[in-house]
Amino acid sequence: MIGGMSRIVRTMTTLIFGFIMVYGFYVIAHGHLSPGGGFQGGAIVASAFALLLVTYGTSQIQSFLSKDLLSILESTGLVLFITFAFLGLGATFFYNFVSNSGGLFGTPSAIGVNPGDLNTGGTITLMNMAVGLEVLAALGVIVLTMSVASETIHKKEKQ
Amino acid sequence: MKKPVFFIAFIFFLAFMILVAIGMRPFGEPAISNMDDYFIENAQAETAANNVVTTIVFDYRGFDTLGEGTVLFTAVVGIVALFREVAK
Repeated sequence: MIGGMSRIVRTMTTLIFGFIMVYGFYVIAHGHLSPGGGFQGGAIVASAFALLLVTYGTSQIQSFLSKDLLSILESTGLVLFITFAFLGLGATFFYNFVSNSGGLFGTPSAIGVNPGDLNTGGTITLMNMAVGLEVLAALGVIVLTMSVASETIHKKEKQ
Repeated sequence: MKKPVFFIAFIFFLAFMILVAIGMRPFGEPAISNMDDYFIENAQAETAANNVVTTIVFDYRGFDTLGEGTVLFTAVVGIVALFREVAK
């Protein structure tokens, strides 16, 4: 992908891109209620990055997607995940200390079939967000790095 | 010379797979279901999350998810290290 694609593809991308991002973050945030979770939602958001990359080309995408920022976000996600795991160490590693405590994400869930409350789940919700951040940044870094490398190789072969 | 050997091996492998498929337990009736019953009964009350699959992945077996995250992190480190000279 050296150059960008045509005006039609760019217009469609600007229309669709926001919806893909919102859907990905919806899947991450509702991981404890509906099918999906951090990994799946992160992959959806990363597919939006890949769509931007295919549409605008490697040279233009670097103005609005920073590889270094995504790299920092990826490390932050994994560190947050391990931090939540260690915070439950009063009982055991990976103990769910937030659920049923009454605070943020601590509302007790209704038993049986129910429509679901977003404010439940405890550390499951927080870990979903951490893992989602990690996965979207990791897949974004992979796609960006490989595209930049392939363009550099292409330029060298032309000379 | 080679082809009959592969053909016989293929027949044996196919017969083995068909025998295994015939002897498989019916779907939804595991031999030991103590753990499944525990998760289905208690997961919603213990962790306050509706999605029992996420409950198992992020709470009961959190080490599994930690390993998955580490694998993804290692993959990114490998790719960045592989292309560090090219993408400079």
